[in-house]
Amino acid sequence: MANFHPFVLPFVFGTVALFVICGYKYVRWIKQFDEEQKRVIRKNIFSTKILPAIWEMFCECLLHLRISKKNRRLGYMHRSIAFGWFLLIVFGAVESRLGIKGPFHFWCAIFYRFFHHNPPANSTEFFFTQLMDLLLLYVLSGLFLALLKKIHSRILGMRRTTRHTKMDIACKVSLWAIFPLRLLSESVTARLYGNGGFLTQTIGDLFGRNAATFLEMPLWSLYSLALCIFFLMFPFTRYMHIFAEVFLIYFRKIGVREGEKLSGYTKYELSACSRCGMCIDGCPLYNELDINDVQSVYLLRNMRNLEHKMDLEKAAANCLMCHRCAEDCPVDLDLMNIRRISRDKGDLDFSDGYRYLDKVSGFNAVGRVVYFGGCMSQLTPSITAAMKEVFNAAGQKYWHIDENRSICCGRPLLQQGFNNQAASLRAENTRLIAESHAVALVTSCPICYHSFKDEYDLPIPVYHHTEYIDMLMKSGRLSTDKCNESFTYHDPCELGRGSGIYKQPRDILGAIGELRQIAKEGDESLCCGMNLGNTVLSKDEQTRLRDAALSVLTEPAPDVVVTACPMCKKAFNHGTKVNVKDIAEIVAENLNHTK
Amino acid sequence: MVDFGFNIKKARSFNLTTSDLTKASELLERVPSYRLCISCGGCTATCSARQFTNFDIRKVHNSFRRGLYSGLDKELHKCMLCGKCTLVCPRGVNLRSLIINMRQILDSRTETL
Repeated sequence: MANFHPFVLPFVFGTVALFVICGYKYVRWIKQFDEEQKRVIRKNIFSTKILPAIWEMFCECLLHLRISKKNRRLGYMHRSIAFGWFLLIVFGAVESRLGIKGPFHFWCAIFYRFFHHNPPANSTEFFFTQLMDLLLLYVLSGLFLALLKKIHSRILGMRRTTRHTKMDIACKVSLWAIFPLRLLSESVTARLYGNGGFLTQTIGDLFGRNAATFLEMPLWSLYSLALCIFFLMFPFTRYMHIFAEVFLIYFRKIGVREGEKLSGYTKYELSACSRCGMCIDGCPLYNELDINDVQSVYLLRNMRNLEHKMDLEKAAANCLMCHRCAEDCPVDLDLMNIRRISRDKGDLDFSDGYRYLDKVSGFNAVGRVVYFGGCMSQLTPSITAAMKEVFNAAGQKYWHIDENRSICCGRPLLQQGFNNQAASLRAENTRLIAESHAVALVTSCPICYHSFKDEYDLPIPVYHHTEYIDMLMKSGRLSTDKCNESFTYHDPCELGRGSGIYKQPRDILGAIGELRQIAKEGDESLCCGMNLGNTVLSKDEQTRLRDAALSVLTEPAPDVVVTACPMCKKAFNHGTKVNVKDIAEIVAENLNHTK
Repeated sequence: MVDFGFNIKKARSFNLTTSDLTKASELLERVPSYRLCISCGGCTATCSARQFTNFDIRKVHNSFRRGLYSGLDKELHKCMLCGKCTLVCPRGVNLRSLIINMRQILDSRTETL
C-alpha cells in the first residue's frame, strides 16, 4: 500500500475513536435539551445568527480574545497552542494535497514529511516548508509558556491555578509531548533527506547520520502514539472543551439559554469548561477564607464526573453567588445558572405551601409606580422612608406594595434550587402587579431587581432605585443640592455584576458630593459577605468577608460609605465607624425643594 | 373574656425521654449555630410568611428540636426563604440553612420509611 506505514495505526485508531465518542456524546446531549431549548434550535437553526457565531468561534476558540483582554501573556499562550495547531492542521492539509504523489490518506497530512522525502522543488513547496516550521515554533513557544506557568504561575499573571485530576494531568502530558515529538521526528527525517525548513533542518543537522537513521522510526511512532493517547483521553478530560465550546457558541448565538433543570445544554456548558482556573483568583471565599474546593471550576468538574457526588453537594452549597467568577470566565459560561442547577432540590420542591398567598388582595394603582421595597428593606426603614421622600419630591404617586406584608420576589428560593416554589411566588407578584395597572416598578433591593428584570415577564418597565433616581434627576423632575461630603460607593453583587448597573449610582453621587475611587470597584467589587446565595458560611466567616470589603471602601477616608442594597447596608453598618448609607438616603437628604 | 389582642397558648406536654431525637441531633450537626438559639422568637416576629398566615418558625424549629416532627414538613413549605429571620437573629443562628436542612432531613425520613 502506497503512502502507508504501520506507525500511523495508533494515530488512525485514536482519531476514529475520538470522532465516534464525541459524536455519540454530542448527539445524546442534543436529545437531552429541554423543550424550550429544542424549540429555539428548530426556529433558528439556519438563521443569519450563524455568521456572528462563526466569527465568535474564530475569536474565542482559536484566538482566545477574551483571555487576551484580561491578560495578554496568558492569551498568547492559549492562542499559540490553539490557533497554531489549527493552522498546522489546515496548512498541513493543503501542503500535503499539493505534494503527495499517489493515493492520499488523511494521515498523510499529519505525517507529511515522512511520506514526502523530496526537498522543496519550487517556491510554493519552499514557502510551505518554512511556514510549517514557523507554525511549529509558534506552538512550541506557547508550550514553553505553559511549562513556565506550571512552574510559577505568577509569571503568566495567575496567582493560583487549578488542581487537576490525574486523568487531566496524564492527558496534558500526552498533549505536551505531541509537539516536541513532531519537531524531533521531522528533524531526523530532514537530516536524512534534506526536506526540512529553517527549524527542522537546523536541528536535524545536529544529529549524526547513524543516529538519525536509528531514531527515525521510534520518533515517528512515538509521535503517532502521543496523538493516539491524547485523542483517546480527550473525551473524558477537560480537553473536551476544544470541541464543546464550538457547539456552545453556536447554541448560545442562536438564542438557546440555560433551562430550569440540568439539560443537554448544561452538559455542553460543563464540557466547555477548560478548567483554566481563571475563576479562582477572584473568588472571595478563596481570598478571604481559604476555601479552595468550591470554585466554579471544581463545581463544574464534579457535576461532570458524578462519582464525586458528595463533593458536588458540598461545592454546590458553598458559594456567595456574587457573580465574580462569571465575570472572569473566558468561555463566558452561565456560571450562576449552572450553580443554581447544581442545587436543584428535586422532590423537595413542591409549591403547595404558598396557597395562603392566593387570598392577598390587590390594589388599584392606575398611573402610579409600584414601589417594591423588598423583604430586606422592611428591616431598613430608612431606605423606604428616603424613597418615599424622593417620590413625593418628584410628584410621583406610588403604591408601596410591601409596606406591611411582603411577598418575597422568589430569587432566594431560586438560588437554593427550589424552582417551582420560586415560580409560584413570581406568579403571585405578577398577579398583584398586573391587577394594579401601575405604570412602572421601582425596587430598592438589587436581588428583587435582578429577579423582576430577568425572571419575571412583567408588562411594565422595572427600575432599581438608582436607575429611577438617576432618570428623575436627568429629566429635571428631581433636583438636589451640592453638599461637601465625600463618598465611596460599593457595587452590590446583584446590581453591578448581576444587572450591569455601574454608571447611574456614580452619576448621582458625583452630582451631590465628591465620589472617591476605591481599589476594587465595578465588576471587581467585593461581596459584603451576606449574599443570600450562600447558606453555609458562619457568622464569623461572613464578618471576615465584610471586613475585607470595608477595608477597601474606607481606605480613601470617605465621610460616608454608600451602597444601593439593604443587605449590604445591614452588613456594613456594624463593621465600621464610618457612616453607611443607601444611595436613596443620600439623595433624600440633599433634595432641593425650592425648584 | 376581654380581648387583649393576643391569647395564651394552651399548655402542651411531651416526653423528651421517649422522643426520637435522631433527626434533631442530625440537624444540630448540620447547622451547629442552632445550638446558640435561645428561642427568643425574633425570627417569628420578623417572618414574611407570618405576615400572611399563622406560620411560626420558632414553633417549628423548637418542635423539631424536641423530636415532634409530625406535620412540620408541610409547615416548612410556607417559608419563602427571604432571610429576614437570619438577619435579625441576635445569636447568629443560620436560620435559612436550618430551614433547608429541616426540609431535607424530614424528606429523607419519609424515604427510609
